[in-house]
Amino acid sequence: MWAYIGRRLAQSVLVILGVTLLAFITLHLAGDPTYLYVSERASEQEIIDARQRLGFDRPLPEQYLNYIGGLLQGDFGDSLRAREPTIELVLDRLPATLELTFFAMILSLTLAIPIGIISAMRRGTAVDGGVMLLAMLGQSIPGFWLGLMLVLFVGLQLRLLPISGHVPFLEPLLQGDVSTAFGNLPSAIRHLILPGITVGVFSLSRNARLVRSSMLEVLSLDYIQTARSKGLRERTIVLRHALRNALIPIVTLIGLEFGFLLSGVVVAETVFSWPGVGRLVFNAINQRDIPLVQTAVVLFSFLFVALNLIVDLIYVQIDPRIRLK
Amino acid sequence: MQASGNTPKPVLPTNASQVVALDSAARVNTLSAWKRARMSIIKGRWPLVALIILVAMFFLAVFGPSIAPKDPNRNSLIERLQPPFQVNERTGGVDFPLGTDGLGRDVYSRMIYGARVSIFVGIAAVLIGGIIGTVAGLAAGYFGGAVDDIIMRLADIQLAFPFILLTIMVLVVLGAGVGNLIIVLAIGQWVTYARIVRGSTVSQREKEYVEAARCLGASSLRIIALQIFPNVIAPLTVIASFNVASVILTEASLSFLGLGVPPTVPTWGGILAESRDQLLGGSWWLAVFPGVAIMLTVLSLNIMGDWLRDFLDPRLRDR
Repeated sequence: MWAYIGRRLAQSVLVILGVTLLAFITLHLAGDPTYLYVSERASEQEIIDARQRLGFDRPLPEQYLNYIGGLLQGDFGDSLRAREPTIELVLDRLPATLELTFFAMILSLTLAIPIGIISAMRRGTAVDGGVMLLAMLGQSIPGFWLGLMLVLFVGLQLRLLPISGHVPFLEPLLQGDVSTAFGNLPSAIRHLILPGITVGVFSLSRNARLVRSSMLEVLSLDYIQTARSKGLRERTIVLRHALRNALIPIVTLIGLEFGFLLSGVVVAETVFSWPGVGRLVFNAINQRDIPLVQTAVVLFSFLFVALNLIVDLIYVQIDPRIRLK
Repeated sequence: MQASGNTPKPVLPTNASQVVALDSAARVNTLSAWKRARMSIIKGRWPLVALIILVAMFFLAVFGPSIAPKDPNRNSLIERLQPPFQVNERTGGVDFPLGTDGLGRDVYSRMIYGARVSIFVGIAAVLIGGIIGTVAGLAAGYFGGAVDDIIMRLADIQLAFPFILLTIMVLVVLGAGVGNLIIVLAIGQWVTYARIVRGSTVSQREKEYVEAARCLGASSLRIIALQIFPNVIAPLTVIASFNVASVILTEASLSFLGLGVPPTVPTWGGILAESRDQLLGGSWWLAVFPGVAIMLTVLSLNIMGDWLRDFLDPRLRDR
């Protein structure tokens, strides 16, 4: 058990070092990054001064160590445009992004599991065929295009749901203002629905297919046969006996899911003018504010690694078989 | 590999003389595999539709310039934002079948050119990523030891964080362009192939035919290339078809973010990005048609991937 945790921790540290190294190398990929920091008309002397001030004249390994040292103290560097610490800009926007990501995740899981079960129970019928075709479609639609279509038809034509704007829920909650947070909740959810569908549709479709196939596999096992011959109701067999084992592949994916959803968030936020990290990154891309993009990438990766670590550790508790692998 | 009508019908060996003819038996096998594939595609109906769509898209991509009625970059502000299917009353023809964009460019022609980029980038990225991954997987599986450790640890690191984010960063630094796009997307692909190929290589390595080749003095390179590689390639075709689909989706997202190819090159994702500004004005056609094109292509690739997987391993059918 402890050996497993130790191994997983060491692996996470290695991954984080790898990510920071990649992000660091990327910054230097296009040549001397000093030129990003100085104006186009800067004189030779100004460039040399800036290079020295920013430390870009040091050997690369030393620069990398300084970068890591800075990260450990919470210093991710400054934004090129806003001249503020990038980490503050990103953290400001993080709650809105997390709201959207978790909403999409909940949407995807709460729908995928019943859909997958029903499809598996009705295997081979029209219901099953229809649902699986829809799921296939959901995996083939570019998320942001679905977003545009939702804006066009649900938002602009039918005027059912808001197509832009964000009502904060997580932010007041984190500041301890519980009554404001829950007062905002209904409106927050209304604003979350369209972007949430946009982000979540791919993983909803994939999970529904996954639940279905994993359910079918478990239902063909011997212990289900035993349960059937005991004369249990089909309901009990499916929900109490089969589901638990059928969900194992889904639980494994929850951590990875987060990363998947995050990458969809960047585009979805652009479509719905969602004031999150994705939109910040989009603007940073257009302004070539590379340190800001770098910080967002590194921070997202940290979150992703941490979340996966937590999921894995909880998972060991649920399914002891993992420890032995 | 002709499976057309004029080849002799495959006959199952029923007497000794036929059984002895090993060579012709092998031919019977390949013939029947192609024939089985053809019948299975037609019988499945959906795979047939998907295949037709893919062939059509490929055709558009290759012959685009001769099919497109107009120069995709010719703009004319008088003709901007023309709705689709409008009949020109003077000539009686349809000038812009799918309308025009905010600069008066023909959406139909732009979409035909866009097929080029999407399909070319999709195939190229998967080919390059597939080759890197396969070589890495063969090396890791065959040699084991330190080679295996290094390659697989690299793969683990790459899988352990959202690679798409790094893709974005690399493209911001290097700038948009078809070449950069293909390289970055290819690097995002290799791990899948490496892991699968490594797995099959490890199990093939111990087989007797490999041992036989080694006894005959074949070099490692020869064994890997001529003995093991042909036996591990089948599952890769399935992964490749799914991956072309996902690369096309990623390319569309990146073009939508302005990170794909330069704005002068028309792409499906790029047209969608431009459509955002025209959406509130009611120019729905800019947003609808390129999305449908992406969806049809990706859906067809996914259906073919599913079919191929079932065909190669019938035990998975209906799963």
